[in-house]
Amino acid sequence: MTKVLVPAGVLGLGFDPDALKRGLAEKPDIICIDGGSTDSGPFYLGTGTSKYSRAANKAEWKQLMQARADAAVPLVIGSAGTCGTDSTVDWMYDITVELAKELGQSLKIARIYSNQPEARVTEALSEGRVTALSPDPGISPEILGQCSNIVALAGAEQIGAAIATGADIVIAGRTTDTATVAALPLMNGDHAGGAWHGAKIAECGALCSTQPTSGVILVEFDKTGFTVTPMAEAARCTPHSVSAHMLYENSDPFQLFEPGGYLDVTEARYTAINDRQVRVEGGTWVPAEDYTVKLEGARMAGYQTTIMAMLRTEHYVKNAREWAASLEAFVRDLIATRMDLHQGDYDLEFRLIGVNSVFGDLETKVGDPVEVGVMGIITADSPETCSEIGKLINPFLLHHPLTKDEELPSFAFPYSPAQSDRGALYEFCLNHVMVLDDPMAAFRLELTEV
Amino acid sequence: MAKLADIGAKARSKNAGPFWVTIDVFCNSPEAFATLCKAIRNDTVAGLFKVDPHSLKRFEIASLNVIKISVPRPTVQGSRFDRDMHGAQAAVLLSELELPF
Repeated sequence: MTKVLVPAGVLGLGFDPDALKRGLAEKPDIICIDGGSTDSGPFYLGTGTSKYSRAANKAEWKQLMQARADAAVPLVIGSAGTCGTDSTVDWMYDITVELAKELGQSLKIARIYSNQPEARVTEALSEGRVTALSPDPGISPEILGQCSNIVALAGAEQIGAAIATGADIVIAGRTTDTATVAALPLMNGDHAGGAWHGAKIAECGALCSTQPTSGVILVEFDKTGFTVTPMAEAARCTPHSVSAHMLYENSDPFQLFEPGGYLDVTEARYTAINDRQVRVEGGTWVPAEDYTVKLEGARMAGYQTTIMAMLRTEHYVKNAREWAASLEAFVRDLIATRMDLHQGDYDLEFRLIGVNSVFGDLETKVGDPVEVGVMGIITADSPETCSEIGKLINPFLLHHPLTKDEELPSFAFPYSPAQSDRGALYEFCLNHVMVLDDPMAAFRLELTEV
Repeated sequence: MAKLADIGAKARSKNAGPFWVTIDVFCNSPEAFATLCKAIRNDTVAGLFKVDPHSLKRFEIASLNVIKISVPRPTVQGSRFDRDMHGAQAAVLLSELELPF
């Protein structure tokens, strides 16, 4: 039997400290938390930086480091620093060392690095060990060379190897959402299907309960399945709240692919033990022939500048689409004549906030907005070109008339300068798995004492 | 014709990784679930997002009264043409659709 305490769905979003205390009173065998996701977009993987502030990370990590010391059990974070690159593992390690000094703790710290050298993936690609998932975005040595970061998602084997060192704290780079929670139950010989299923249920903390923001969840794994209990006093887990979590951020609610196999919950049974605890059995782990890890990669896709104007004059609000089309044609000519830049040298798009900025051509509804925001997005190869285009089109965004026969209008710029230079744009470019001979072949484990 | 809310259901959406958006339709009764399993057609949903109907994944989960439809993202998350980083508003298109009822 293994008790895993999950304080929250992610480090940096907060949790209920009283619920954490109650969780510690249950004498967990390990405390596990996720540190990341691709959900906030490619910028973080592209730059190797954290989405959450250092201050929020440090404050919450401090609480968890104190909890670990009190409970005298390992504390594990997966996908440290949002994207789980080597740089964010080191960032999290620095925070940990800083806190160890502040708290007067002596610690054995294991780090798992998930970054993949370009050469390793290129070699695997040439050996036929890299396979596309659906949809296939395409892959080539050239694309791999363009990635600023490639990470492989660690599974239970790599997390298990780090736990087996006897480390007090494990800081792992990119990891599957479930691996940190599943690792110890699997090492202890608990039911494999139960270990992965319970890990998926707990990966977002109390999101599987009636009180999602309370964070803290306890999962007890054993030989036949698992039991899930929310630690906040007023929170409840019901068969519905628990089973519904299989829907969350999953394209398939019954099969979950992990390194080395997949979890199948088609036959799972969710039973209420009482009004707040749920027992789950029947999930099965199906081992795969090959040991594969998922790859994520991000590459730079140019630079961006945005520029914003607000239309409030009724005539312009009513004709916003025509106006934006006319403005775009006008400024594209201007960019050609004054900067000698043509179609393909840059990208320019005006999105109409209040009209169809969320869906674009997919929008089905036509409304009657009070005002319309015009967000110009300029993308080009250099930040200077973007910024220069922004300055070139600025006066026309402010004064472009709908027809030649009307008075020169002026619109509302919300700030000065009207343009914002956003820096580099990144894009995700891999949706692939890589076959490994040995689970540790693509991961580096480092052990230090502080 | 009726919308999801009129039949007793609500929809949410979210990314399922950078290449998929998944829409969960929560029905408030087995009757609403049965009705919507028929009324929500894959080709209609594919049309909302201008993707190939065969590329959708669809799950009808009677134990939860949930219909789950996963759609390959028309634009990859965070790419230059993406407009909704978390895919969180995608469900609105389905919620506002007039369904045959």
